[in-house]
Amino acid sequence: MSIGIVMLVHNSLERAAQVARHWTASGCPVVLHVDKSVSRRDFRTLRDRLRPDPLIRFSKRHRCEWGTWGIVAASQAASETMLASFPDVSHVFLASGSCLPLRPVAELVDYLAARPQTDFIESATTSDVPWIVGGLGEERFTLRFPFSWKRQRRLFDKWVDMQRRFKLKRRIPRGLVPHMGSQWWCLSRETLSRILMSPERAMHDRYFRRVWIPDESYYQTLARLYSRNIESRSLTLSKFDYQGKPHVFYDDHLQLLRRSDCFVARKIWPGAERLYRAFLTDDAGAMKKAEPNPAKIDRIFAKAVERRTRGRPGLYMQSRMPRSGHENGITAHPYSVFQGFSELFVDFEDWLANASGTRVHGHLFAPKRVEFAGGENVIDGALTDNAATRDHAPERFLTNLIWNTRGERQCFQFSPRDNQDVNWIMARDPNAQISVVTGAWAVPLFRSKKNFSTLRSEAARLQRVESEQLAILRSNHANAQIRIWSMAEFIESPMEPLQTVLDEIAQKKSRWIGEAPRLEDLAGFGQFLQKLKNEGMHPYLMGDFPVEQEPQEMPAIKQRPYLVR
Amino acid sequence: MRVRRRRRILRSMRKSLELTLFQDNTSAIRPDDILLVSTMRNESVRLPYFLEYYRNLGVGHFLFIDNDSTDATLELLGGQADISVWTTSGSYLKSSFGVDWVNRLCRKFAHGHWTLVVDPDELFVYPFCDTRPIPALTDWLDSSSIRSFSAMLIDVYPKGPLDAQPYVAGQDPLEIACWFDSGNYTIRPNPTYGNLWIQGGPRSRMFFAEKPWEAPALNKIPLVKWDRKFTYVSSTHMLLPRGLNHVYDEWGGEKASGALLHTKFLDTFRGKAREEMERGQHYADSAEYRAYARGSKESPDLWCPSSEKYINWRQLEILGLMSKGNWA
Repeated sequence: MSIGIVMLVHNSLERAAQVARHWTASGCPVVLHVDKSVSRRDFRTLRDRLRPDPLIRFSKRHRCEWGTWGIVAASQAASETMLASFPDVSHVFLASGSCLPLRPVAELVDYLAARPQTDFIESATTSDVPWIVGGLGEERFTLRFPFSWKRQRRLFDKWVDMQRRFKLKRRIPRGLVPHMGSQWWCLSRETLSRILMSPERAMHDRYFRRVWIPDESYYQTLARLYSRNIESRSLTLSKFDYQGKPHVFYDDHLQLLRRSDCFVARKIWPGAERLYRAFLTDDAGAMKKAEPNPAKIDRIFAKAVERRTRGRPGLYMQSRMPRSGHENGITAHPYSVFQGFSELFVDFEDWLANASGTRVHGHLFAPKRVEFAGGENVIDGALTDNAATRDHAPERFLTNLIWNTRGERQCFQFSPRDNQDVNWIMARDPNAQISVVTGAWAVPLFRSKKNFSTLRSEAARLQRVESEQLAILRSNHANAQIRIWSMAEFIESPMEPLQTVLDEIAQKKSRWIGEAPRLEDLAGFGQFLQKLKNEGMHPYLMGDFPVEQEPQEMPAIKQRPYLVR
Repeated sequence: MRVRRRRRILRSMRKSLELTLFQDNTSAIRPDDILLVSTMRNESVRLPYFLEYYRNLGVGHFLFIDNDSTDATLELLGGQADISVWTTSGSYLKSSFGVDWVNRLCRKFAHGHWTLVVDPDELFVYPFCDTRPIPALTDWLDSSSIRSFSAMLIDVYPKGPLDAQPYVAGQDPLEIACWFDSGNYTIRPNPTYGNLWIQGGPRSRMFFAEKPWEAPALNKIPLVKWDRKFTYVSSTHMLLPRGLNHVYDEWGGEKASGALLHTKFLDTFRGKAREEMERGQHYADSAEYRAYARGSKESPDLWCPSSEKYINWRQLEILGLMSKGNWA
């Protein structure tokens, strides 16, 4: 009693020979099918090298192009040779030249001996499989595919479209229910013989010859007809990426493969000397006898696929430059933008840093220089405070900053005096928390001692800039967490909005505002606005300010009512 | 674009007249060999480590163009079986900064080969480069039907003045220049050629802070499965046909990419900058070198407190400077 290995080989013949001898050394016969596209000379070299081994046979050569019948024909021929030449083979294991046994062969023999009637073949109906690439599921069985997918892709696609449009369909032979699954199986002698010697084999072959990728469906479908006991999984560890090509294992996967407890893995890079050396020396006794457990490998490859398809949010780099709307995260981490606060409150930045426990920058987009927290010249990622460098690519400056400091929330001040080129990216970004007190830009003007006509034109400019910005913040493309108050409205009860914003920043660990920030002295601000009006400018973003105004007092902090839930 | 490509190819043919064969081992090139093409001048100090580094990574054959070296470069390269050398006294400037020569050699010898075009001060790093040689990468690229591989230039520099630690032949330059800027790069698409235009890093930070748009380009596509129809356009920043420049994903995913560690900033830099300024053979009238010379008057130090110390490729991957893509 032994298992027979049917090995389909198309390149790296050296490695295939090495593995074949490994199998035969443990008494497992091997039938090799060498792809017809391998040159005669290479084939002869291989055959001459392996011929002395009584357990090795070669089967009739077919041309195996991916996705075509050739691969099935090859495995049929080789299986027939196997069944005919080695009568005491009880299971036949289909492998490729780049498969590598991970556990001692004896363990596989024992494992199968304990399950003599079981067929290990992944087999699921087409509607239940998630791994189909290129959108062809059910249609693999109902359309015709006269063109090569690899070489004549355009014709292939056109032909498929045409058949869809004209509803040209093949009939699936009676009695067959299409199933699909990994092409690497291990079938019992009984099942395999019944498939190959079926009176309907000619009909099956004729049908599957025109099916797309028949090696993933021929045995999988027929096993459902002829097998008594299907275990729908493959003994071969074989992972596919999102394009449907197999993941390749390298030297650095050694530990991972060891821990997988799988019997056979594919596909191994032919240059992975360390893997071949480690697994073919057959003293991998360190590996315990356990059920195969490829979960860990699954995770690694799933991660790789995710990296390729979703990427890291907020990262812009040489091989990830998402188009607008496809960023999958415009920035890497939440951040807060405060507009008008540092104008209204004395030392707002220090206060905010204390109250929120975050890193609070000044005006990052100020015209003269980048006002990093603590007046730094360079911060994380070697971003400098140079305004020209920043203005060369303001959006990248922002995304770089958030990327470089990911994990730590950034807060910064913004105003209509600053570079406005980042308005759209911030407004669109769900990570941004933007709080605006409109019209607060007038406070520094009011406090400055400059010539009034300069102030007037500056006020007009800032108001225009801010109203343009507000239009962006209020557009329906804005996804940020946006809050806008007019200055008059805000001043009436400043603590409530502040507390809301802070709660959001601090998230779970609700911080109480211990100490209120101090408002700037606004006595006379109303008159200042009136003066602007008298000069013909219409300041409206502040809301309604009475001309005669009581000096503002910061309200005392009220203890919040105790909430009973 | 086709016209431009043809023009470049013709130009490289014309410029090939300037090349003189010095050592021909091209008959030793096997069909699967990875080729490395490089233009150099007076690099005898760097070459020993350069050769060792790339031989370890699995480069099969080196094709060198020596532009009028006056040091021991040629003697050093002579007699090595995996190296072929051409010499030229032509103008580096007029040969589009060596690109014409490189294109010529690629067209003649690299058809069907994975070809790495790097300068002698560039060390190629890619995902898993500590455990998998370049042929593993190129096999994977082949199986993924990818023809070109991006590796942005990352300037590495020492801490302290450049001339504080002398570099000796055979030494790993990263022992000295082991710092880099991790997150100040700007990227924008170039619609004409479809490539990305990357700027930033210490050179932009130090020498081009007020004129960042003039800072050197850092995007590079050094590894290409060459076809005789291909041609580099401007250094290895971009290629024709344009499809080769599309090394980035636009739908949110990450393609695999690597990096070229640019070890220009060693103690050898000053001499080089002075010499190149006199020769005036570099990009934009040697503006780059002039800017260096200006910035370098008082003990040049590119290091800053936010500089990152280079450890390995995984670090670059985590920092988001390169990506494994779906190679696992």
